[in-house]
Amino acid sequence: MSRLSYREGMRQALREALAGDPRVFLMGEDVGRYGGTYAVTKGLLEEFGPERVRDTPLSELGFVGAGVGAALGGMRPIVEVMTVNFSLLALDQIVNHAALYHHMSGGQFSVPLVIRMATGAGRQVAAQHSHSFENWYASIPGIKVLAPGTVEDARDMLAPALADPDPVVIFEHVQLYNMEADVPEARNADIRSAAVRREGKMVSLITYGGSLSKTLQAAAELAQEGIDAEVVDLRVLRPLDSASILASVRKCRRAVVVDESWRTGSLAAEIVARIAEEAFYDLDAPPVRVCTEEVPIPYAKHLEEAALPQPAKIVAAVKAALGR
Amino acid sequence: MSIAPPPTGPVPYAKESALALLHDMLRIRRLEEKCAELYGEGKIRGFLHLYIGEEAVAVGALHALKPEDNIVATYREHGHALVRGVPMGAIVAEMYGKREGCSRGRGGSMHLFDARTRLFGGNAIVGGGLPLAVGLALADKMRGVERITACFFGEGAMAEGAFHESMNLAAVWRLPVLFCCENNLYAMGTALERSESQTDLCAKAVSYNVPAARTDGQDVVSVHEATRQAQQHVRDGKGPFFVEYQTYRYRAHSMFDAELYRDKREVEEWKTRGPLHTFSARLKAEGKLTEEEFLGIDREAGAEVDRAVAFADAGTWEPVEDLMRDLYTEAAT
Repeated sequence: MSRLSYREGMRQALREALAGDPRVFLMGEDVGRYGGTYAVTKGLLEEFGPERVRDTPLSELGFVGAGVGAALGGMRPIVEVMTVNFSLLALDQIVNHAALYHHMSGGQFSVPLVIRMATGAGRQVAAQHSHSFENWYASIPGIKVLAPGTVEDARDMLAPALADPDPVVIFEHVQLYNMEADVPEARNADIRSAAVRREGKMVSLITYGGSLSKTLQAAAELAQEGIDAEVVDLRVLRPLDSASILASVRKCRRAVVVDESWRTGSLAAEIVARIAEEAFYDLDAPPVRVCTEEVPIPYAKHLEEAALPQPAKIVAAVKAALGR
Repeated sequence: MSIAPPPTGPVPYAKESALALLHDMLRIRRLEEKCAELYGEGKIRGFLHLYIGEEAVAVGALHALKPEDNIVATYREHGHALVRGVPMGAIVAEMYGKREGCSRGRGGSMHLFDARTRLFGGNAIVGGGLPLAVGLALADKMRGVERITACFFGEGAMAEGAFHESMNLAAVWRLPVLFCCENNLYAMGTALERSESQTDLCAKAVSYNVPAARTDGQDVVSVHEATRQAQQHVRDGKGPFFVEYQTYRYRAHSMFDAELYRDKREVEEWKTRGPLHTFSARLKAEGKLTEEEFLGIDREAGAEVDRAVAFADAGTWEPVEDLMRDLYTEAAT
């Protein structure tokens, strides 16, 4: 066991990837000399040099596209987009190129590209820096979408993402970088399945990424009141591990989905739809969503907190689902 | 804009090389004419963008490159695929949507792909291919592979951010990219001078410290010579180069275009500069081509088209059960 932060876990994974495969390189805004906006890549430039830890101009469309091209050309690029907010400038290269090339070429070309980006709100950085668009990416066939919500996953999901022959997008919630945990030796995590982070019987709480710790906190509070909640961490947002979701829901017969996206068209909406389609007759209560209020995330702390899913909101939603 | 006189002057190539250029231009012309016909018959559907009038660009440029080079093209790319060596039958079959197509029927006219000839697509997002080309060149540079990437795009792409970001990246990293701008004066229906404050396209490249050359895209000799010099610059490790080929599209933008934006007289004037008849005339004047030889080459091109159509007609439809195929590299998930 060793004590690591989420940031250190990700950095360790990046270092091992760079050391282990000459095709791997890192590029993005301020990943080199600055040390990474969230300090994830700190020290890697000194260790691996400017060819493999490549600072880019502020050209999200250009350098994400260059990542797609480099992947087509035999490299294993890891492209860091500073945050999901700026990834909107690169959507064309992700959605119209990376995601489509394997299929549209009749299987001739693959794009083994990893794109990492920070996501989420909670740091009082206002509306343009607080989006959660994991659901958009998770709706696109041709890419895979990961959302490590634990230190262990932050460290262990990069290697399988790099080994994957297709584009993989990794979302790192900004609130998690400082989170620390004691973690076992590194291993190759799977990038297919959800994980039950807390066993329970009375209600299934389904979540991912930055909302995982809030949901676990809510589950602990609920336990004190005698409510035994199960917490499912999706981990992989595309393809969704429907089997694990449905197994938990069938066991608990109640479901609350916690998702930092805006409610309309959220990933939570998709999960609730799947539950309704597949497990309707196993339910004792309608499934419930705890999402972000449909408003641009405000700067003021009390308003930002009010807009986002919080443990208290999760607790209240669970009690409502249980009729308490 | 005033139209330059038709290309004239000596053809600086031995007969065999000159006729190879002519043959490829004729292959494209006859293929494209047949595609228009097949569209009318309903055998080709979707968007179809013909290269008629612009043949000298793909032929002159691609003949100046090496087989191991990477090619990134636009949605008006039948000619590029053909000259590059994609079998004509596989191109027509792709437009039919047949399994024997070069993209297994998943791409159609705008998305011809061929791994063997390193054709990284017909790309139907204007400007979308430029960042890809930068990345392909970056991969080669990092891997120490001696190869250049030629990226074709229209002048319309130069209004896109992707153009500017790509020029800058290629220049700042000194990447082996040959930027090939097919300036046919219209971005769909919008004339260059109506959409660009700076109509000197080379000036835009030069502003990124990318050297640039402008050439007559209706003259296969000019195209070939300009590209030969430009690709040598790139191949010598001196960084990217930009070539503007001034050309003209004789047909509509696509099969849905009523051509309300340009004067019929302008089209007729440009046809006097047609790449096929001006080049043939020069070859004949130099004694490198007889009318019989021209007809022979043309017949050969026509026969290839007939065989390609027969191949596509005989092609098969991919079973619907395979719909999810090639979504992910290993297996449909």
